[in-house]
Amino acid sequence: MSDPSGLDPEEQEQDAAVQAREQKAYWRANITTLLSLLSVWFLVSFGCGILWVDALNAYQFFGWKLGFWFSQQGSIYTFVVLIFVYVLRMNALDRRFNVDEGQ
Amino acid sequence: MSAQLLTYIFVGLTFALYIAIAIWSRSASTKEFYVAGGHVHPVANGAATAADWMSAASYLSMAGIIAFEGADGARYLMGWTGGYVLLALCMAPYLRKFAKFTVPDFVGDRYYSQAARVVAILCVVFISFTYIAGQMRGVGIVFSRFLEVDIDLGVMIGMGIVFFYAVLGGMKGITYTQVAQYCVLIFAYLVPAIYISLLLTDVPLPMFGFGSTVNDGSGMFLLDKVDGLSQELGLSVFTEGSKSTVDMFFITAALMAGTAGLPHVIVRFFTVPKVRDARISAGYALIFIALLYTTAPAVAAFARLNIIDALDDRAYQTLPDWFSKWEDSGLLAWVDKNEDGRLQYRGGAALEPVKPQYLATRGLSGERELANSPTTNDNEVYIDRDIIVLAHPEIAQLPNWVVALVAAGGLAAALSTAAGLLLVISSAISHDLLRNTLARNLTDRQELRWARVSAAIAIVIAGLFGIYPPGFVAEVVAFAFGLAAASFFPVILLGIFSTRMNREAAIAGMLSGLIFTASYIIFFKFIAPELNAPDHWWFGISPEGVGTLGMLLNFVVSLLVMQVTPPPPQEIQDMVRNIRVPR
Repeated sequence: MSDPSGLDPEEQEQDAAVQAREQKAYWRANITTLLSLLSVWFLVSFGCGILWVDALNAYQFFGWKLGFWFSQQGSIYTFVVLIFVYVLRMNALDRRFNVDEGQ
Repeated sequence: MSAQLLTYIFVGLTFALYIAIAIWSRSASTKEFYVAGGHVHPVANGAATAADWMSAASYLSMAGIIAFEGADGARYLMGWTGGYVLLALCMAPYLRKFAKFTVPDFVGDRYYSQAARVVAILCVVFISFTYIAGQMRGVGIVFSRFLEVDIDLGVMIGMGIVFFYAVLGGMKGITYTQVAQYCVLIFAYLVPAIYISLLLTDVPLPMFGFGSTVNDGSGMFLLDKVDGLSQELGLSVFTEGSKSTVDMFFITAALMAGTAGLPHVIVRFFTVPKVRDARISAGYALIFIALLYTTAPAVAAFARLNIIDALDDRAYQTLPDWFSKWEDSGLLAWVDKNEDGRLQYRGGAALEPVKPQYLATRGLSGERELANSPTTNDNEVYIDRDIIVLAHPEIAQLPNWVVALVAAGGLAAALSTAAGLLLVISSAISHDLLRNTLARNLTDRQELRWARVSAAIAIVIAGLFGIYPPGFVAEVVAFAFGLAAASFFPVILLGIFSTRMNREAAIAGMLSGLIFTASYIIFFKFIAPELNAPDHWWFGISPEGVGTLGMLLNFVVSLLVMQVTPPPPQEIQDMVRNIRVPR
């Protein structure tokens, strides 16, 4: 049986091991990105919008109390930004690990 | 031209548009019927997702709820947008790579189990029908008030339109109609909001207007004026909440996890060509949704101000005719407690029981008399929250074309969501139940026919819900989110992020989450509603927020069962590794 890659079995095995390692590294980088973005997500919405809302309401932000603004406006803007940061970072990761889908 | 004539014109034009799109985008294969062939552009998918997601509840009810509850309304604002972060980061790209048609597809394949697939099908059908009932009520309200058509006839017209483009077009037809419906609904929502923002603050963008000063020369911030007036009249302070922090936390979390676990939203991410598109498409969807969601609290604050201004201390006989029209629709009521012929709009419920029960007779000023007994507080006015968005343009005396536009937008919101849900139900039956469970040798053409038949049957059932609305619609919406949060969200999340997660853990987790959440809600909503108060709730968590507890239970049970049962077969573990990588 001729193998299209032209590698002997030992090299193939090494190749697979490298690939598995690469995949693991990609997944770890993905998880790190995810966790850092989700912590911002949690701090802004559940933190500023709910848990600390009364404390933040002591400050004025234009015509809003700050905590009120976070819970009714700021958190939503943050969510949008988070998704776009995620998209940019994941696209960069895909290219770095050579797993992007091409055009 | 009269508002009614204009409403007929706008509604007629938009309906003609939806039908034209349906004819242009007919589905020829099951892949087109279920996932629009997988060729939808991410921006189009974003708009379709937004229309699919923003239902009659978002469009008609949300600003009204916030107008009455103030800061507590944040649970909907954050809950129904924050879920998209979970969707975009934790689910959409991986489910797109999985590349099948439905949520039960994923559950059944990932957990190599027909039992899990059947549980998923049941959840999908239950959640979707719960939701549709609410949409049909929305259609009924718009038709009966603005077109002065009988509610039943209104529901049937709505059914006919959805029937046409959902049965004919499948996901492909629905997607492109939803794009059009998004444009209609956001335009119809923003125009009156911008108009009112200009009238009150001179700032055109409502999301900034409600943080600005009012233009009455006082130089006061709008929200300070709202709070001051509210306090004067004994209404709740707009920028302060009355729910406990624990309850707010749990409800918001349940709505977020529920959003990320709702099948009709998840399935939209199967329709784009690439994993990369699924990621960015969630971003576009959230931008489109955020336009309405950041406007809603502004509309709410404006409405609180305008309502006080339009109603408090006005003589009934000098009120504009929108009051008596909504009174005739059964959504406004007045009881002249101090017999001065004027409306006193104050804090607390005006009537006992809260909802008005009208008599056939008229009172001294011409108001509809009520069978309810008046309460002892000073408030004389009952206002149904669902009318705020629809009535606001009239209350603020905007031109007729704006009033008419709002009605067309409400119909777009309700119909787009109903269509998305119908498709999910039809694919759960034709694809998951028939093709993958009961009749595995179905050809593609037979399956497509079954998909159309089940969509048609689902429309009829949904229509019946609209004509004979079950009295518990509002109660069961908490159900839909709670169940999605306690069942699908953990099962899908663990299915992607743990290769060790197996069939036994998934079934045990889903069942414990479902049974716990359902029993808690059923107990407090149906068996012992008199106990439904913070003193009796576990950890102070209301039935609305219990989905979060159910979700945590699901996670814990899954992780425990996983430890003591064999790992999934090698090919499943390989599949999980495969969906984690875009290529």
